[in-house]
Amino acid sequence: MSVLVFIDHADGHIKKASLEALSYGAALAAKTDGTAEGIILGTVNEELAALGKYGVKKVYQVKNESLNHLDAQVFTKVIAEAVSSTGSKIIVFSNNLSGKAIAPRLSARLKAGLVAGAVALPDTSNGFVVKKNVFSGKAFANISVSTDIKIIAINPNSYPVSAGDGTAEIADLAINVDPFKVKTVSVSKSSGEVPLTEAEIVVSGGRGLKGPENWGMVEELAKLLHAATACSRPVADSHWRPHNEHVGQTGIAIAPNLYIAIGISGAIQHLAGVNRSKVIVVINKDPEAPFFKAADYGIVGDAFEVVPKMIEAVKKLKGVA
Amino acid sequence: MKILVCISKTPDTTAKIAFTDNNKKFAADGVQWIINPYDEWYALVRAIELKEKDPSTVLHLVTVAGADADPIIRKALALGGDEAIRVNTDSHDSFFIASQIASVAKQGGYDIVFTGKETIDYNGSSVGGMVAELLDLPYISLATKFELNGTAATVTREIEGGEETDEASLPLVVSCQKGMAEQRIPNMKGIMGARTKPLKVVEPAATEALTTIVSFETPPAKAGVKLVPADNPAELIRLLHEETKLI
Ligand SMILES: Cc1cc2nc3c(=O)[nH]c(=O)nc-3n(C[C@H](O)[C@H](O)[C@H](O)COP(=O)(O)OP(=O)(O)OC[C@H]3O[C@@H](n4cnc5c(N)ncnc54)[C@H](O)[C@@H]3O)c2cc1C
Ligand SMILES: Nc1ncnc2c1ncn2[C@@H]1O[C@H](COP(=O)(O)O)[C@@H](O)[C@H]1O
Repeated sequence: MSVLVFIDHADGHIKKASLEALSYGAALAAKTDGTAEGIILGTVNEELAALGKYGVKKVYQVKNESLNHLDAQVFTKVIAEAVSSTGSKIIVFSNNLSGKAIAPRLSARLKAGLVAGAVALPDTSNGFVVKKNVFSGKAFANISVSTDIKIIAINPNSYPVSAGDGTAEIADLAINVDPFKVKTVSVSKSSGEVPLTEAEIVVSGGRGLKGPENWGMVEELAKLLHAATACSRPVADSHWRPHNEHVGQTGIAIAPNLYIAIGISGAIQHLAGVNRSKVIVVINKDPEAPFFKAADYGIVGDAFEVVPKMIEAVKKLKGVA
Repeated sequence: MKILVCISKTPDTTAKIAFTDNNKKFAADGVQWIINPYDEWYALVRAIELKEKDPSTVLHLVTVAGADADPIIRKALALGGDEAIRVNTDSHDSFFIASQIASVAKQGGYDIVFTGKETIDYNGSSVGGMVAELLDLPYISLATKFELNGTAATVTREIEGGEETDEASLPLVVSCQKGMAEQRIPNMKGIMGARTKPLKVVEPAATEALTTIVSFETPPAKAGVKLVPADNPAELIRLLHEETKLI
């Protein structure tokens, strides 16, 4: 089936989550004897033809600079038109923040069944069934989509980027872009740091760290590992750390390759936001802390003694003085 | 000003997640149900704050659920809100649910529709966007702040690695997350008052579902934790480097 992958970008660069979506789309096309194509709205400072190495034959571009900001309503109309003119049957998004804004709208507009939060390629042996995360990472559901057009939003960090050879043909799509009803007035990014939702490694601290003045070692370890920092809910609620670092059931859900939890008990609501991490490391002085049950590696010990030694060991490993 | 807040019921955050009926159904026996935290703490409380600022605001709640959701919707009314509408049907298809909410919203003519960021059971993060499309309204997703000046809204939403502030005119659909408001506990007056607030039950509009759940799975159990002695954190770093190859 012909697959169309939405390519998301910010600040002139294509997001890694979209490279995952492209790799997923290409594998899906191969599995269903179709071809994979991409669609990008707006402009980037990257060579689009190079996206061919992720397996897409063609990239459609709607070159209109107003599309460098997101208005889900406008984007949905543009993509819906592209879907009808390209005859695509499966639309793939990353289930990142943009995907969450657009994919549901597109689903309602096209009456196309949506699986948001997919974690694997569909099973096409009997219909079209996609596995997705449910119950905040505590279970999976297999969702059957029977509509003619299908939409899949693949969770970030659930499908590996696979790059080969190949260049994509670039085709300009002339689609009328409606005036925006949502106007972006300002954008603020925490500069220099790794964004939490895109980080491959996350170092996180809990109430066991006693107070905000003790976060220096968390930040130092994170910096050495090119990691983002996170925290438990009470830490954010006590304003020891900013709200956007709060992970868990009611905070941000993350799925890094490595999650290092320091002085966090591992309450079920905390786990709900981090249990999709590939490897979990727990540092806690209480051997009975529930987090150890969900961990791959652990140290039962005092964070104030253990973490500085971890920092020393990482410095040695990386050859930093 | 008329505001509609979408309220869903979810298992308590500590509920055991298990399945019955050949893994086709969630094992609901003995499960405590709560208002989906994003709907309660962020969407509803922010709407209540807006009503407190402008008492002429009409605040309605809507849930698409069977009668077993009545205690949840009463609890939501105890926090605030003038009346609730329950669309009497049980469904896990986001489009079906969104169609019901859109049909209630069309009849009510609301200026703002608030939803939560996502339900903590089905994690679709979808219903808000679908409602917006069905109503052909702008949609601001994953909002962390919402300010109103007449009919002009200033909304901050999460983007990768930061935040973006947007402006839009009402009517508008907004999905809410942490930052919008702080959790509140219903007081006695609210609880007593909620008993007499109208809870209208309406039958669902005819719509199709676009997806169906075939089965559930629980993730394989972890192999168990590998513990490293506290006096040798360097060994942990070595394992992470050599075994997992992640650092
Ligand atoms: C509806 C609901 C939603 C929730 N959502 C979330 C959520 O999204 N995210 C979230 O995190 N929580 C959430 N919670 C709260 C959750 O239940 C826990 O209360 C919270 O996660 C505990 O945070 P903590 O582990 O930092 O603190 P604590 O539970 O106080 O644990 C501190 C840990 O640090 C250890 N410790 C102490 N000193 C040291 C030391 N010197 N060295 C090493 N270890 C030490 C202790 O042994 C303990 O295990 C939610 C709760 C509810 C009811
Ligand atoms: N059955 C429902 N009834 C009312 N509102 C709902 C229902 N399901 C979802 N919602 C709303 O839509 C939001 C997103 O839900 P979901 O798309 O399932 O993650 C929730 O936070 C609720 O505000």
